[in-house]
Amino acid sequence: MDFALVFVQMLNGLQLGLLLFLVASGLTLVFGILDFVNLAHGSLYMLGAFVCASLTFLTGNFLIAIALALPVMAVIGWGIERVVVRQLYRRDHLDQVLGSFGLLLVFDVAVHLIWGPAGIAIPLPAWLDTHIGLAEDVVIPVYRLLIIGTGLAVAALLFWLVHHTRFGMLIRAGASDRTMAGALGIDITRLFTLVFALGAALAGLAGMLVAPITEASIGMGNSVIITAFVVIVVGGIGSMKGAFIGAMIIGLIDTLGRSFIDDGFRLIMGTAAAETAGPAVSAMLIYLLMAVILALRPQGLFPPSGR
Amino acid sequence: MRRSDLLTLTLLALLAVLPPVFFCTGHPFYLDLATRLVILAIAATSLNLVLGYGGMVSFGHAAYIGIGAYAVGIPVYHDLWGGAAWLASTSGWVHLALAMGLSALFALGTGAISLRTRGVHFIMITMAFAQMVYYLFVSLGTYGGDDGLVIEHRSRLPGISLDNPLQLYGLCLAVLVATIVIVRTIMRSRFGQVIKGARGNEERMATLGYNTYAYRLTAFVIAGAIAGLSGFLMGNFTAFISPEMMAWTRSGELMFMVILGGTATTPGPLLGTLIFIVTEELLSHYTRHWQLPFGLMLIGVVLFMRGGLTGAFRRRE
Amino acid sequence: MSLLTVRNLGKSFGGVAATDGLSLSVDRGEIHAIIGPNGAGKTTLIAQLSGTMLPDIGTVRFNGRDITRLSAHARARLGLTRSFQITSLVPGMTALENVALAAQVQEGHSFRFLRPVARIESLRTAALDQLYAVGLGTRAEQPVTALSHGEHRLVEMAVVLATGALLLLLDEPFAGLGSAESARMVAFLKTLKGTRTILLIEHDMNAVFALADRISVLVRGRIIATGGPDAIRASPAVRAAYLGGD
Ligand SMILES: Nc1ncnc2c1ncn2[C@@H]1O[C@H](COP(=O)(O)OP(=O)(O)OP(=O)(O)O)[C@@H](O)[C@H]1O
Ligand SMILES: [Mg+2]
Repeated sequence: MDFALVFVQMLNGLQLGLLLFLVASGLTLVFGILDFVNLAHGSLYMLGAFVCASLTFLTGNFLIAIALALPVMAVIGWGIERVVVRQLYRRDHLDQVLGSFGLLLVFDVAVHLIWGPAGIAIPLPAWLDTHIGLAEDVVIPVYRLLIIGTGLAVAALLFWLVHHTRFGMLIRAGASDRTMAGALGIDITRLFTLVFALGAALAGLAGMLVAPITEASIGMGNSVIITAFVVIVVGGIGSMKGAFIGAMIIGLIDTLGRSFIDDGFRLIMGTAAAETAGPAVSAMLIYLLMAVILALRPQGLFPPSGR
Repeated sequence: MRRSDLLTLTLLALLAVLPPVFFCTGHPFYLDLATRLVILAIAATSLNLVLGYGGMVSFGHAAYIGIGAYAVGIPVYHDLWGGAAWLASTSGWVHLALAMGLSALFALGTGAISLRTRGVHFIMITMAFAQMVYYLFVSLGTYGGDDGLVIEHRSRLPGISLDNPLQLYGLCLAVLVATIVIVRTIMRSRFGQVIKGARGNEERMATLGYNTYAYRLTAFVIAGAIAGLSGFLMGNFTAFISPEMMAWTRSGELMFMVILGGTATTPGPLLGTLIFIVTEELLSHYTRHWQLPFGLMLIGVVLFMRGGLTGAFRRRE
Repeated sequence: MSLLTVRNLGKSFGGVAATDGLSLSVDRGEIHAIIGPNGAGKTTLIAQLSGTMLPDIGTVRFNGRDITRLSAHARARLGLTRSFQITSLVPGMTALENVALAAQVQEGHSFRFLRPVARIESLRTAALDQLYAVGLGTRAEQPVTALSHGEHRLVEMAVVLATGALLLLLDEPFAGLGSAESARMVAFLKTLKGTRTILLIEHDMNAVFALADRISVLVRGRIIATGGPDAIRASPAVRAAYLGGD
């Protein structure tokens, strides 16, 4: 097989995995600490992309736009938590699912009303919009490296947060234990708002990073949320480590599957059959992988202890 | 007669009389609306079996509607355009068998895995499997992929023409009645008692000697097959199918219908679907963005009307 | 001879042993009581015997079969069922429905979809009989949520009996009962003597000494003594470890 191609696809997989991790980590925080199932998490991803698009046109610089959009997303998260999410903590998961589904519908329309129905492309600064040639036939977009670098940096930051701060103790202790948090002298109400705002910023960041590649569009959050669910189900719901490893696995498998399964199938069956079976299998690959992992380990690869 | 049965009969009687009358007096649109309503009510009633009575928050029910609809579209496509001769057919019986059989198989496979988990896990896993079917059909370029597939002619069944809107509506309504009777019968039977018991107190059921997993899986498969049947009807009704019909937000709408009308009640899913479809229809007259008031309504129901109409209904019963 | 044999059972939670090399045998037809201070591991033992929790090590044999790794429902099928220290009924159902659900398990499988349960006389009679036996016949049609704590304990007992199990594992059936209710429960359990085998966990010493054929004393996850009521009463080790410390 062509090693240069494999290498480039691995980088693509890594990039997808890190973007998925940004989304999944927010879900994990919100679920792990708040015990809240947030279907509207994908909407925050979408909002991040649109807010960033507007700010890019306003400031003329994509990176400044990101720096400004992050606090905006945190404030949006803060507002949602205050108005709706907070009322649903003590409800069962079905109520949370429906409530956040309502939020999602509202956000989809809101974005439509504010930004219009069409997608918005975000221009990159010139120095990001270039390629590095590693070998004669291996070129890597600089922007891709930026995404990977940012993803890894955020992952490191989150691990520090989870493993070396009092805030992280709550997550590792297995969560939504209000009594214990109370005993540690933590203002629960504020902590919860903070966590939700952080989750919103993380999802928003993923949306901002992906927007220059795919453009900001309505509905972009509704497909990423399911993939993020697959990630955390595979990794073990509520575990940050699980979210990271799950995201890497799903990102790599999905990318590599899409690029190599067709060729692989062509080797073992006729071209016509491969042209149907190839895309079909690669479209289902991560879900089949999820099925296999769950059949062997119903709680995922790294279920958090105490749950 | 119990109040809930009275309500069910009243709703069914209205559905049996009003839409055909509108149709015959020159308002075919209302028959269309009612057909869609009835088909979705079949799916919602089957969802109630798992979601309501069984307490399994299955978030992938729209996938079965899609499977059922493609079970009509794909054999018809091959009948017309050739290829896959073994699959080509215009026979309603073949379509029906495919729709219900494949749905049941899909429910069996995904249920076997997802039912080993509970709560949030279950919600997310059922969602993911439904999304898998969605992407599967998106990837099948032969059948239109993203753009969907026009069903060039409807299933052939003896003694009935599905091209005739009134006859099609009659069939849908008959299936709805049968579905309601079946679900109601099942839930009053010994099997139903075990399903309810497993929702109420799983550990107790296990220590009594019930393999709750096997009973749940059976209910899950029955619900899947019925939802597949509703997909068969949907395909014949719209004569067009696309993956969009199985987007997870569609599953969310079905759940909302069940909850709006009242989970674990006989008339609940029908009532909920009725309110949903009528509201959607009214709102879409005023705004293209009917989803906005709808989303707000959903939030409102969850926040302020605990248990939706269920609560209100239960209190009266 | 013995219906249930437990060998060297062990279970720990994060390094703390709740069951620690526990061995025990229960003879056919006897009422075997287990006493021990709070937190001794009694409920944990019941959970491992009934299959709602799996042990780390050791074996459990029931009626000649190794059931150590069997699921709870498979064990129940073999004729072993438990009651819960904290009443565990199906909340949306009446007392009668709860007991009927237990009686239904005797039919084999429940993949029966057509006849409404309410019209199946055999189930109804079996359930009513058990409810009358525990003195709740007149309350049968009440939803369990409308019953008092004492009545819950009695329904719990009727449920366990209705399964027809050979071996009943009763986790503190007297917990929270008034003295009159306790007396009634003692009298009732006495009527079962000889027909069912019972492993009885109980704090109420009067009840234990009135009912038990043999008593085992469980302290910190181990059985420290087993014997007849008189022997246990007289044992200095037991006094020191348990009765004395009370
Ligand atoms: N799921 C669990 N996780 C951690 N520790 C547990 C768990 N279940 C029981 N324990 C511990 O095991 C020990 C034994 O508990 P158990 O409930 O069996 O005691 P018990 O003898 O039934 O007490 P009581 O008389 O109060 O009912 C206790 O120290 C308890 O804290
Ligand atoms: Mg106990």
